[in-house]
Amino acid sequence: MTFSRLLPLIGLIALVALFAFGIRWNMNHDQREVLSPLIGKPAPEFSLPVFGETSRNYGTADLRGKPYLINVFASWCIACREEHPLLMAEGARLGVPLVGLNYKDEPTDAKRWLAQFGNPYDTVIVDYDGRAAIDFGVYGAPETFLVDAAGIIRYKRIGPTTPDSLRDELLPAIAALKALP
Amino acid sequence: MTLLSRVVLATMLAMIMLPAFAVDPLPFKDHAEELRFQELTRELRCLVCQNENLADSHAPLAKDLRLQVFEQMQAGKSDAQIKEWLTDRYSDFVLYDPPLRGGTMLLWFGPFVLLLIGAIVVAMIVRRRSRGLPRIAESTQSMRDEDWA
Amino acid sequence: MLPELGNFALILAALLALAQCVLPIIGAHRRDAALMAVARPAVIGQFVFVALAYLLLTVAFLSQDFSVAYVAQNSNLRLPFYYRVSAVWGAHEGSLLLWIMILNIWTLAVALRSKRLPQEFMARVLGVMGFVSLGFLLFTILTSNPFNRALPAPVDGMDLNPVLQDPGLIIHPPMLYMGYVGFSVAFAFAIAALLGGKVDRKWVRWSRPWTNVAWAFLTLGITLGSWWAYSVLGWGGWWFWDPVENASFMPWLIGTALIHSQAVTEKRGSFRAWTLLLAIIAFSLSLLGTFLVRSGVLTSVHSFASDPERGLFILAFLAITVGGSLLIYALRAPSVAGGEPFAAVSRETALLVNNLLFTCAAAMVLIGTLYPLLGEALNLGRISVGPPYFGFLFVVLMTPIILLLPFGPLLRWREGQGQRATRLLLPVFVVVVLGAMASALLVGDLGLKAIAGTAAGLWVGLGVLAFVVQRWRLAPAGKRYTLEMLGMIIAHAGVAIFVSGVLITGAASVEKDVRLAPGESVQVGDLGFRFDGIEHTEGPNFKADQGSIVVSRGDREIETLHPQKRQYGTNSQVQTEAAIRAGLFRDVYVALGEPLGDDGAWAVRIYVKPLIRWVWLGGLLMMLGGFVAAADRRFRARANERAPVAAEVLEGRP
Repeated sequence: MTFSRLLPLIGLIALVALFAFGIRWNMNHDQREVLSPLIGKPAPEFSLPVFGETSRNYGTADLRGKPYLINVFASWCIACREEHPLLMAEGARLGVPLVGLNYKDEPTDAKRWLAQFGNPYDTVIVDYDGRAAIDFGVYGAPETFLVDAAGIIRYKRIGPTTPDSLRDELLPAIAALKALP
Repeated sequence: MTLLSRVVLATMLAMIMLPAFAVDPLPFKDHAEELRFQELTRELRCLVCQNENLADSHAPLAKDLRLQVFEQMQAGKSDAQIKEWLTDRYSDFVLYDPPLRGGTMLLWFGPFVLLLIGAIVVAMIVRRRSRGLPRIAESTQSMRDEDWA
Repeated sequence: MLPELGNFALILAALLALAQCVLPIIGAHRRDAALMAVARPAVIGQFVFVALAYLLLTVAFLSQDFSVAYVAQNSNLRLPFYYRVSAVWGAHEGSLLLWIMILNIWTLAVALRSKRLPQEFMARVLGVMGFVSLGFLLFTILTSNPFNRALPAPVDGMDLNPVLQDPGLIIHPPMLYMGYVGFSVAFAFAIAALLGGKVDRKWVRWSRPWTNVAWAFLTLGITLGSWWAYSVLGWGGWWFWDPVENASFMPWLIGTALIHSQAVTEKRGSFRAWTLLLAIIAFSLSLLGTFLVRSGVLTSVHSFASDPERGLFILAFLAITVGGSLLIYALRAPSVAGGEPFAAVSRETALLVNNLLFTCAAAMVLIGTLYPLLGEALNLGRISVGPPYFGFLFVVLMTPIILLLPFGPLLRWREGQGQRATRLLLPVFVVVVLGAMASALLVGDLGLKAIAGTAAGLWVGLGVLAFVVQRWRLAPAGKRYTLEMLGMIIAHAGVAIFVSGVLITGAASVEKDVRLAPGESVQVGDLGFRFDGIEHTEGPNFKADQGSIVVSRGDREIETLHPQKRQYGTNSQVQTEAAIRAGLFRDVYVALGEPLGDDGAWAVRIYVKPLIRWVWLGGLLMMLGGFVAAADRRFRARANERAPVAAEVLEGRP
């Protein structure tokens, strides 16, 4: 039994190990998730009409020097309803302004949605054609970004915020901001 | 599939059902620009329907990104610049063509390494087998089936 | 009641599979004729019960028994009856049952057609096939049972995925599985030969027709899949290097190497170990494909719903089956090179190089398909591998094959007489160069691909012709072309047509997105397209917006095409149905986008695709070549095959 005859078997063992890893990984991760390359980079500049007061704009200029959260949501987004009660309950207690980005939504639909489920946001801005969201690397809703006082994106949550992700990821990330000078 | 990923998937599928389709009549300057657009969008991945390219995907985000690509082409940006703009926002995952860097060395060179090793093995086998071969005259025009079939 | 019967039939089949796999192999080991004789009856019995189960599932669909969960998930009251029959394999559980059914068809065929082969050998072959069947039956019964009930039964089902409501679904999966599963025969023959310890040329001769037929079916299945994707998906592509497509392509590539390697081993006794290994790997890749599609490890438009439990089961089965066979290979494969010596320039060398290139191509597809997973495992980040990678590397690896192809049949065994072959091919080369120059002048603006496509097609096609002519001149009348040779000629001609089709359609296809209001026209090349508006129509289970596009050349109207946008009631999924005018030399393809504006204008996509049908025509010719070659009489078992094997264990004599 020479080494060369064993090679295919060795190759198979490596392959099976890879697949076993793949199955394990699949159980704990969402395969579709695309990790953001913007973590640690400056948040894009934006200035968008305020919901309900479209003549007024709100954006990075108004938020300079303060950390803030941006939550991408829409009335057509089913998963957003998952996280919404959590935002309603905990939003005020997070200690940072919560900005809602209404993403590719009709104003009347969004208005009805917020009236029905509540408005946890300090400010809601409207990204009707989705361009500002593209600058943030948004590819679905809901997504949540934590930006620090210097304007650097520190954390991104893809999908609804859950009590676990709030406790294990978002709150520590916010706490870490306070620790910065 | 976890409940979370199921819900995220449902949302993304909801986006697909919004009326938007891959057919975008865009005002190209000329045929060459149209060709360039088609080839470029074929090399990019749709982030929502992740198994489709940007050229063919129905997703609203794909439509938005196609428009972005078009506008940047009109503004004179090169293919490399447009790709960089996209990867800055969406990471390398948006490219179907894996960039050549440390992590993809095995990917790009692996097959050639295998080919090289294989070629060496083949050469060794052929060398070994061609020894001890009694010479047959070139002119033997035999067409015996055993020799040719 | 009937579904429970189906379930019971599966369990009985599994028990028979167990008997089929254990007893004959022990019998072969102990030379116990009684135990070995269990094989055939077990095969027949298992076939009967699997067929029964399959029939009962089909009956459940036809009678619209929504109390069976699988039926409820994949059909509904409005589904036309022909799709109810094919919906059986529309999703995971049912397609598994189809897999098992087809495996049993192959096993039955092998059992019935091999009565003249040595009993010991056949006992092992059937035993191995029984083992595979057992694994799949257990998987089905335990994790993916199509007969599970959904109680209380829903009033109406969820419908078959609209993408699958197409004639392509009726034929592509069964043909694909015939190929996929068919490699299990070559696999079983290889294992039987290894277990028996006599790795001679006979097992290869017995194995060749089965392998050629399986390969031909796989070629057909892949060709149909490509054609179906082109017709249904709405965007003019015919191959996407999608993980699941790759999962079927890898066994095909190794299968191609295998059929060529078997030829060498059978005729010259050389490359025995390679042929054994390729036979094992081809079927292993089929199993791998099954794993990839159903485990959820890679996402794809094709993948079935997955869960980790199923993934682990298949992985375990894969590990045992392939691991076991590779272990047997490591222990028992011949270590001394058999067969006759051959010169550096000879057909043996040519086929060895052929094997190498196809194996590398398969390895490349494997690397590319699995690399994203590897990237996650090694923390290299999210790596994305797509057509730019596969397409480029595939062309690089296939180019030497295209260049060498015409030489292969013109080289003699053992002492190639390469100079002679070169002399014969010189006129072909001249024609190729002239043809390339002509195409450069006529269609040079289409780029290098068009010229390369013309050159490659001419080179391979005329090379085949050179062989045909040479053989005609030198072989005695009546014995000029065996069926095996004929198969080769047809298949290689298919390669010529395929290659030129791929390259030229790649270079010369035109795609245009336009906005057309009713009455407006657009010109694409020499064709005019006039949009005549939209009307609403209905099908058996859908509503559609149907467009009318009049195609004309000059002032002559050629045809009116009717692309549709269909809405299938229950899901409200909108499906694009392209309208295709198929032609041997070009396709005209029109699809609707969305309505734009108030003037009734729509976005319309138009494709003009020269020679696209050659892609599938080439595939069909390759398939035909495989079938024709398999029919050669030399492969039929001879009357004295059952005699105790004499000194055929060869170290180098014909």
